[in-house]
Order: sequence, then structure tokens, then C-alpha cells
Amino acid sequence: MAVIAIDKLVKTFGAVRALDELDLRVEAGEVHGFLGPNGAGKSTTIRILLGLLRRDSGEARVLDADPWRDAVRLHRRLAYVPGDVSLWPNLTGGEAIDLLGKLRGGLDRRRRDELLERFDLDPTRTCRTYSKGNRQKVAIVAAFASDVELYVLDEPTSGLDPLMESVFQEQVRRIRGEGGTVLLSSHVLAEVEALCDRVSIIREGRTVESGTLTELRHLTRTAVTVETARPLTGLAELPGVHSVRETGGRTHLEVEPAHLDELLGHLVRFGVRALTSAPPTLEQLFLRHYGAEGAAVAEQRATETPAALR
Amino acid sequence: MSAFTGTWRLTRLALRRDRIRLGIWILGTPLLGYALAASVAGVYPDDAARHGYATTSASSLVARAFNGPIAGTDLGAVVVAETYATLAVLVALLSTFAVVRHTRQNEETGRAELLGASVVGRYALLTAALLVVVGANVLAAAGLALALALAGAGLPLAGSVAAAAAIGGVGVAFTGVAAVTAQLTVTSRGANALAAAAVGLAFLLRAAGDVFGEQSADGTRVVSAWPSWVSPMGWGNQVRAYTGERWWTLALPVALLAAAVALAYALARRRDLGAGLFAARRGPGRAATWLLSPAGLAWRLQRGALLGWAVGVGVLGVSMGVAADEFNAMIAENPAAAEAIAAMGGGGELVDGYLAAMLGLYALAIGAYVVQALLRVRADEADGVLEAVLATAVSRRRWLGTQVGAALLGATALLLFGGVTTGLGYGLVDGDPAGKALALGGAAALRLPALLVVAGVVTALFGLLPRWSVALSWTALMVFLLLGQLGAVLELPQAALDLSPYTHVPAAPAVDPTAPPLVVLTAVAAALLVAGAAAFRHRDTPR
Ligand SMILES: Nc1ncnc2c1ncn2[C@@H]1O[C@H](COP(=O)(O)OP(=O)(O)OP(=O)(O)O)[C@@H](O)[C@H]1O
Ligand SMILES: [Mg+2]
Repeated sequence: MAVIAIDKLVKTFGAVRALDELDLRVEAGEVHGFLGPNGAGKSTTIRILLGLLRRDSGEARVLDADPWRDAVRLHRRLAYVPGDVSLWPNLTGGEAIDLLGKLRGGLDRRRRDELLERFDLDPTRTCRTYSKGNRQKVAIVAAFASDVELYVLDEPTSGLDPLMESVFQEQVRRIRGEGGTVLLSSHVLAEVEALCDRVSIIREGRTVESGTLTELRHLTRTAVTVETARPLTGLAELPGVHSVRETGGRTHLEVEPAHLDELLGHLVRFGVRALTSAPPTLEQLFLRHYGAEGAAVAEQRATETPAALR
Repeated sequence: MSAFTGTWRLTRLALRRDRIRLGIWILGTPLLGYALAASVAGVYPDDAARHGYATTSASSLVARAFNGPIAGTDLGAVVVAETYATLAVLVALLSTFAVVRHTRQNEETGRAELLGASVVGRYALLTAALLVVVGANVLAAAGLALALALAGAGLPLAGSVAAAAAIGGVGVAFTGVAAVTAQLTVTSRGANALAAAAVGLAFLLRAAGDVFGEQSADGTRVVSAWPSWVSPMGWGNQVRAYTGERWWTLALPVALLAAAVALAYALARRRDLGAGLFAARRGPGRAATWLLSPAGLAWRLQRGALLGWAVGVGVLGVSMGVAADEFNAMIAENPAAAEAIAAMGGGGELVDGYLAAMLGLYALAIGAYVVQALLRVRADEADGVLEAVLATAVSRRRWLGTQVGAALLGATALLLFGGVTTGLGYGLVDGDPAGKALALGGAAALRLPALLVVAGVVTALFGLLPRWSVALSWTALMVFLLLGQLGAVLELPQAALDLSPYTHVPAAPAVDPTAPPLVVLTAVAAALLVAGAAAFRHRDTPR
């Protein structure tokens, strides 16, 4: 059973079509990365999943319940960390954690104290005096100290320092180890790569890609730079070869993984002197999906990186 | 870069942000003044009518407390007596909220930090706010002077200028007060509360000074006692517009502004952006058990404000109660005045009319508590705390119900407290404090249905028009206030007066209560509450 199942979800704000037939599926027990450029609709999707916003059309089910109608019942089984945490300015961090935990249905006191220590958070200070990162920690501790089935995290680590980021990752791994499900919206690609079993990439309110990272890599071209004894010809006719460029006797090109073999067979006939091939980095992979500009940046990096390495 | 760099840019920004509010203020004041003057002229057309009015006003402690000291039998004096006190409170509150909105609120929301990082001097934000608010007061006063002079009833220009300047002066004085309170607290809510408390205190001092003032030998004038002279609200009366103006008194609010601004700058120099004057304290690292529910949270968040209100209401209650005994003494001495007051209506025991007016005043003021406490729902929604709560197992119905319940519980307590303290004050000097406290507590409770309607209006606005609910809720309360205080002077049709819930609550103890209006008010309130809750359950939660 899918923990989150969204089909053709539409949400408009006046003239803005924030979600445009979005699809998303998160299976039980997985950590699911939720990515997309600013304004793509990630937070909007998450708010609908929490019953904070009403959908215009489409289907959304969370833990097999309707997020709008069954909000209260559902919220006992999930925990949420918003991207921009607002708290009661005159409550202390400890009070805010206890309150949020209790309103959700109770939290594990031992784990709460342990988390406070791991995250190095002083619970006696008022929320007003917390830095952004510390406010974020309050929400994270309140969420992770609850025993729930689903954790919905909207850019939870924005504002955390690298040390805290690693504590966060350790906690997500603990949750997965205990069979919990996590939906993690993030712009931190290293975090996504380290934690996520599967990712969905959305753009302008639509899902553009969904799968494991390995699957996504297979969909992406490999960048190749080659130097040959004799001038290279006939590249354009080869299947799956794109973006051929020549600079200073070297040829840069991109090739779809499925056609790598044919390309190599072609190249050896010209006497290969130097060859580098780079699989797409995660960054390139995402940039390609983040819009027309992103694709251009990705292309440029793909062709530049090998040269720079030499 | 000087400390004032960017002031002009910030001023323009503030003007742009507030163009509608300022427009209503600057144009509305003269319009209201014109209507009031014209209508007073109609009600008191000749010397005889005005002589009667002046004698009654000078004798009646209610009139002295609410309208201030009558300055004679000229038409202008009657216009001032009928309108000054209300307009002064209005202008004081408008100025206060406007200053806080453009200073502390900007800091609180982080807008100021964004601006502060660009080319903006340390004093620029405060200076821009002062320019805008003082400017608005000056323009509104200029318009008001013109409107009074043009009202066609033969009001002299000099007097009109003095009267308008007196009201503008109140605004200017409280602009200064708010400039200081905005430096003291961390929240705009706190700064507003402090400044509003100062407005209340000024009103009380002014009322006391006029109640304990002396009636002139011919019976048509009142010379205020000293408390009026320490209240910025009292200064405007001492200008004596239309009756031998004392222009120099207009320097008092300007001097207060100058001193307050100097203090505010000094405070601003000493503190960090966003910080208050009081250092942040630590608190418990664990929540107390009672806090762990929506009701516990509401109590925790409201208790400070409630305590402040209770102190204010208690002081007001006891002092007004003690004054009630003065009222009896005066009537015993002056049977003619008693007759005049009886002729004005009321009937029954005269002191009951006074007490009823006081309880009505409390109900109006506590209406502001209801609006302030209940608008927290919108504040929570706008800054995102609501999302955090609704993402837990708390339903929208439960959350909103708790907030409404908490606000109404607080309002009920304040109302009863006002009645009881008034009765105690009265009883302590006149005998039978317990009996009087009980009786007036009961009479005060009869005002509760009006507060239910106020809560209903705020809830309905929150449900249906969340982004507008703050401005519209305060507007509604202000309209209720104006209908109650000025509706009769303006000779508005009964249908218009009926719009205010305060029109319908029985004026106990002067009038015996009847059930129908209370039932209808409660039904209207219930309908509004249900409509607001239903709308809230079906909408998004916009920032
Ligand atoms: N309450 C609202 N009113 C109007 N438009 C909105 C509202 N909330 C979101 N939008 C619009 O919907 C779109 C999606 O916004 P959303 O916050 O979901 O993006 P996001 O993917 O979370 O972006 P980010 O990475 O910056 O957090 C944006 O164009 C945004 O401007
Ligand atoms: Mg977002």
C-alpha cells in the first residue's frame, strides 16, 4: 500500500496554477526525496497532504485516508516539519516541543531529551531568541520525538550547520530502520543522495521524473571528451550522440548510456589519444530537470568538467 | 551615512503602504466634524437651548466625566463638549497604532532588518513614522478647522482653528507616547497595549480632573481640577476653543512630543534592532502539564494581557464607584441640577443613570479586549503558528472554539470585575459594599450579549475575509463606538443606531432589563460565530 498517493492534483491560487495535475507515490518504509526549483509547488503539495489547503481537483490520499476530511485522525499518525518554522515567541523551546508533541498525541520523553542533547539545543530559551537554525531544531525534535508512521519534512535542514545536518541524517536513518516512511523536500542534493531511496522531481506543478537515483542516472547522458590522431567524422550520424563541439583539437559530446558501446566502436577507428567520460553528477541530473536555464548550465558543466580535470 | 539616511525613502514607503488608512483618517475627520457641528447647531439653535445644555453639562458628573468641562453657552462650546472627548480618544488611538505599525511591527516582522541592511540610518525608521503620523494629524486638523468654520452655523474661524488644533494636539502627544512604547517592548502587540493603556490613563485623569472641578457661579462653566492638567487628553479642553482661546496651551502637546521623541531616540541608540529594553529571560525547559492543550496555551498567551486589563478595569471601577457617591452629594446640594438631569431622561434614581453609563463604558472598552484577544487567531495564521498547530491532532473547530471561548471567558471576567469594583468603590463610601458589588456585578453581566456579538463579528470576518479581518474588526468596533457616542448628536436614524449591539443592551441599573433584546443579541452572535467557524473549516489558511 502506498503511504502517499496523489493523482492529477490541481491547486490554484487565483490566477496562479501552483499544482498542475501532479502525481506522487510514496511507498511504506521508504525515504522519498521531493525536489524541484523554487516555486515548483513542493510546499503546496505538502500543505494539501496535511489538510491545510484544499485541493481543487485530483486525488490525494495519505495513509489511506483523506487528508482534508480525516485530518485529525491522520495527524496522530504523522509528524510535520515546516520549511519556515514559526513558534510562540514567549514560550521556551522546551515548552514548544512538549506542546507540539502533546497536541499530536504524545511524545517519547526519553527520546526527546536525547534529541535535545544530540542537536545541542537549549530548551530553556524563549523561542523569540532562537536563531533560524535553532527554531528549525525545535520543530525537528518535536517531530522526531513522536512515534508516528509518516514524517513529512519540508526543507527541514535549511539553516542547520553541517554537524547538525549529520545528526539529522542519522535520525532519518534510524526512522527508516524502524520502518517509518519519510517524505523529504530538500534543495540539499548531498542530503538527498545520502538518504533517499527514491526521488520525485517536480516543475511548475507537474511531476517530471520519479524513480531511484540509479534509474534517473540511466536516463541521463554521459559527457565524453576525446582526442584522436585523425580528425573525427561521422559523429552526427551515430544514434544517441548529442551536443558535439570541437575546441583545440578535442571533441566534447554527450551520449545516451544505451549507445555508449556504438560510440566507442566508432571512436577507435580514429586512433584515440585521450578519452574521459563522466557519468552525470547528481547536480547535473537535477539541473537538467530544473528548467531551460538549468539544462543549459548542466550542459556547460558536463562538457567543462572533464577538461578541467586534466 | 548619517543616522537619518533613508528617512525620506521610508516615509514614502509608509505613505504608500498606508495610503488608504491615512486617506480615511485625513478626510474622515473633517467630514465627521462637519456633520457633528451642523447637527449640534440644529439641536441647540438658540441661546435658551444652549443655556440649558450648559447648565446641565456643568452640573452633571456623567457629562463632566465623559464630555469634559463645558466652557460656556456659545455654540462652539457646545460643539466642543459634544464631540471633543470622543474625537480625542479616536485620534489618540489612531496615532498610537500608526506609529507602532511603522516602527515596532516592522522590526518584529523582520522587514526593518531587511531595510536596515540597505542604506538606512539608525533613526530613519522612527523618524519616517513620526513624519507620517504627525503629518496626518496636522492635515486632519487643518481639514477639521476648515470643516468646523464652514459648518455654516456661524462658528468663528479662530475658535475652529483652536478646536481642531486641540484635537490634533492629542494625536501629536500620543504619537510621542507611542514612539517611546515602541522602543520598550519586543512585540507590536505589547507596544500597542502600553500606549493604549496610556490613552486610558489620560482619559481617566481628565475625567477625574473634570469631575472634581468647580462649577462657575453662573452655572454654565466648569474649571477643571489639576488632574486634567497632567493629562494630554485634558490639555485640549484647556485651549478653551470659542470662549477666549488660550493659545499657549497648544504648546503642551508639542513639548511632550519633543521630549518623547528625544527619549525614543536615546532608547533607539541604546538597543539592538529587534530588541526591547528588557533583556530576554530564560524559562522552564519542560512544559507544565496544564499548558499542554489548546485551552492551556490560550490561557498562557492571554494571561498577561488579561492581567493588565484587570488592573485597568479595577482602577476605573473603584474610582468611578467612589465618584458615584460624590454624585449623590452634589444632587443633595443642588436640587436645580437634579431637576435638570431628571429632565434629560433617565428617571428612577439619578445615580443609577450615572452607574449605567459607567457600565456601558466598560462594556465598550472590554469590546476592545475581545477584538484584541480574538484577533490573535489571525496573527497566528499570518505568521504560520496556526499551521504548526493544525498539523497536529487538533481540529480547526476545536482550535477556533477554544480561542473564542478563552476571549469570551476573559471578557466576562473583566465585565463582572468592572461591575463588582464599581459597586465596592461606591459601597465603601456609601455603605453596603457587598450588596452594591453584587447588584452592579449583575447589571454589568447584562452587557455580555453585546460582547458576544463583537466576538461573532470578529469570528465571521476571520472565517470569511481572513486577510481583511484585522482592519475590519477594529473598524467595526470603532463604528459601534461612534454610533453610541455620537449617533444621537448626529441625529442618525434609529436603523443606523440599531447596527451597534451596544444600542440594545439594557441600561441597567437605570432601566429594568427585559429578555427579548438579550435573546436576539445572543442569537445574532451565535449565527455569526457559526458562520465564521463554518467558513474557516472550508478555507485555506493564507498567510
Ligand atoms: N497562498 C498563496 N497565494 C498565492 N500563491 C501562492 C500561495 N502559496 C503558494 N503560491 C504560489 O504557488 C507556487 C508554488 O509555491 P510553493 O511554495 O509550493 O513552492 P515550493 O516548491 O515549495 O518552492 P520553494 O522551493 O521556494 O520552497 C508559487 O508560484 C507560489 O508563488
Ligand atoms: Mg517550499
